[in-house]
Amino acid sequence: MTIIQTKSSTTNKVLNYPLNTWYVAAWDHEVTRKLISRKIADKPLAIYRTEDGRPVALADACWHRLAPLSQGKLLAKDEIQCPYHGIVYNSAGRCVSMPAQETINPSATVPSYPVVERHRFLWVWLGDATLANPDTIPDMHQMDHPEWAGDGLTIPVTCNYQLVLDNLMDLTHEEFVHGSSIGQAELSESDFEVTHDDTTVTVSRWMHNIDAPPFWLKNMRDKFPGFSGKVDRWQIIHFEAPSTICIDVGVAKAGTGAPEGDRSQGVNGYVMNTITPETARSAHYFWAFMRNYRLESQLITSQLRAGVSGVFQEDEDMLLAQQAAIDANPDYEFYNLNIDAGGLWVRRLIERMLEAEGRSVSAGRAGRVSSAN
Amino acid sequence: MAATNIEVWQQATVIETAAVATDIQRIVLAPTVPKRAEPGSHLDLFVTINGERNKRSYSVVDSSDDGTRVAISVLKAPNSRGGSVFMHTLRPGDTLEVTQPLQNFPLRVGAPGYVLLAGGIGVTAIVNMARVLKNLGANYTLVYAARSRERMAYLPELLALHGDNLQVHIDDEGTALSVADLIGSVDPSAELYMCGPIRLMDAVRRSWTERELNYPNLRFETFGNSGWYDPEEFIVRVPRLGVEAIVPAGRSMLEALEDAGVEMMFDCRKGECGLCEVKVLALEGAIDHRDVFYSERQQHAAAKICCCVSRAVTSPTGLEADAAHGDPAIVTIDVS
Repeated sequence: MTIIQTKSSTTNKVLNYPLNTWYVAAWDHEVTRKLISRKIADKPLAIYRTEDGRPVALADACWHRLAPLSQGKLLAKDEIQCPYHGIVYNSAGRCVSMPAQETINPSATVPSYPVVERHRFLWVWLGDATLANPDTIPDMHQMDHPEWAGDGLTIPVTCNYQLVLDNLMDLTHEEFVHGSSIGQAELSESDFEVTHDDTTVTVSRWMHNIDAPPFWLKNMRDKFPGFSGKVDRWQIIHFEAPSTICIDVGVAKAGTGAPEGDRSQGVNGYVMNTITPETARSAHYFWAFMRNYRLESQLITSQLRAGVSGVFQEDEDMLLAQQAAIDANPDYEFYNLNIDAGGLWVRRLIERMLEAEGRSVSAGRAGRVSSAN
Repeated sequence: MAATNIEVWQQATVIETAAVATDIQRIVLAPTVPKRAEPGSHLDLFVTINGERNKRSYSVVDSSDDGTRVAISVLKAPNSRGGSVFMHTLRPGDTLEVTQPLQNFPLRVGAPGYVLLAGGIGVTAIVNMARVLKNLGANYTLVYAARSRERMAYLPELLALHGDNLQVHIDDEGTALSVADLIGSVDPSAELYMCGPIRLMDAVRRSWTERELNYPNLRFETFGNSGWYDPEEFIVRVPRLGVEAIVPAGRSMLEALEDAGVEMMFDCRKGECGLCEVKVLALEGAIDHRDVFYSERQQHAAAKICCCVSRAVTSPTGLEADAAHGDPAIVTIDVS
């Protein structure tokens, strides 16, 4: 009997994650002189700032007996002390003090991972450090650009990170999942266009001369008090491998030239999403909603954060239900529709990254990442 | 973190052997479970000495990106414990039990500057690091010191690849390395990675400490196989257990005690961890400390020794020729 293993990720329900890439490990404001413990791509990390403000991500296990360093103490300068036997490491992960002997064992190190603070996030590189190039951090410049304002949150989501990417790459689900805020029938009725290159995928959809759904009507009225009437609505989904999706969204007064590039009669937001695999079946979903109008209003920032948070709660409920159904139906595969074109290009790009690293495409069915790393 | 070093034992086939310097054999292995070798990694493998399996560690000199070809290089040491002689008998087609590349000597990416110091056969741990730093465009100096040119493995390749970044010091040619000058010129923010004989590493550690450079920036790896003295045969006694054993020049005190039926505690077997520590009760001769576990003060006191690597000697100079032939050193110890 021949056993053929499915290699294609297009029907892979629990996708593995690349390691030679930058993942967001935390919001910048979460990284302080108080230690945090966070698992990124199945690696537990101890994350902190040095006295002079540099972020650090060390493996969260002492070299000696693997006690979690995140439960230890931050000492002067860049040092961290294991809570169990007091071994002290510096930010490079090198032992600087071994309490019970006069010398330092030359092997006493814990991995210290490359980190970069950018776009209000702390990015960490868990793969081959010689390949870590900060220029490859995804473009999320709206996060801290003077022409944009907004804020976001983190959703700890207990599903494979790819399900979140699928969700964001195909917004026809809005009609059914987000009917009370941003959903409308025109989403599935309008045409969309998909393009890709080696590291990005773009899905564009325009809806002309439609009624603004409640979320967008409110936004229009924030900029144009008392607005009523038809709008042109756009959703331009920008994916950057392996797991960042920035969605250019907005509406403008119908027929005022938005599709041709004049958005002055509309409101424009960017839904910033970057999804960091935690395990094969969980992820840290970092998001923010940024806007380029009424920058001065903290009220609008708070309202948008709360509003989008409510929308994403609906997504989370669906994703969890989907993951549970996937796990309950191990013998069934996915079927792909035309609306999945964006999501399938995403899978293709991730699959290529995994193959380049010599890692398996599937994260397995038993909830454990395969050992091919 | 030890978890990154869980040994995956596997068979490897010798696919190439070549002499790369006097008494130095390059051996290319094809492991059955290929894994890319990071700079600083080594393989553990089993050698056969008089029909008995013994574990040895060898630095990975280079490997293919997919890990299907892993090269090590072995110096045939006249006073070795027999492992290097065995390794020199290997020919293409022979098989060995090996681990995947293990990492105890990681190269940190992102230091402002690097000095890589190779002494003799220690170059095997440094070659891969130097190549990676060159590829990264890092600010690095490679220093390669040895007794004579014909004993320097990979010298032409290193000259071709590293050009002005390579400094060569050869005792025979009157260009011996001055450790004081080298450490005196090191930029305080630089990291120094070294592998070589214990005399060289001790001298570097002393200069580094005297200059008050940041100690964690001094990186080194030792396999515990060199000392300040040539190895001599000596006698070890454990009165509490009524044991007396001869430790031949090619065998460690730990091995001799195990052979004599003493139940010993140990872990690294290369002078790092201190678990094989024994108490010295009496000594006729001197101790050749070959470990990096004890401080200089502790080694000087000679109250305890790491029996996996350290030895007793009679020679006042360290040279075998000056040893008191026929009248071996005797160390009387107690064990845990």
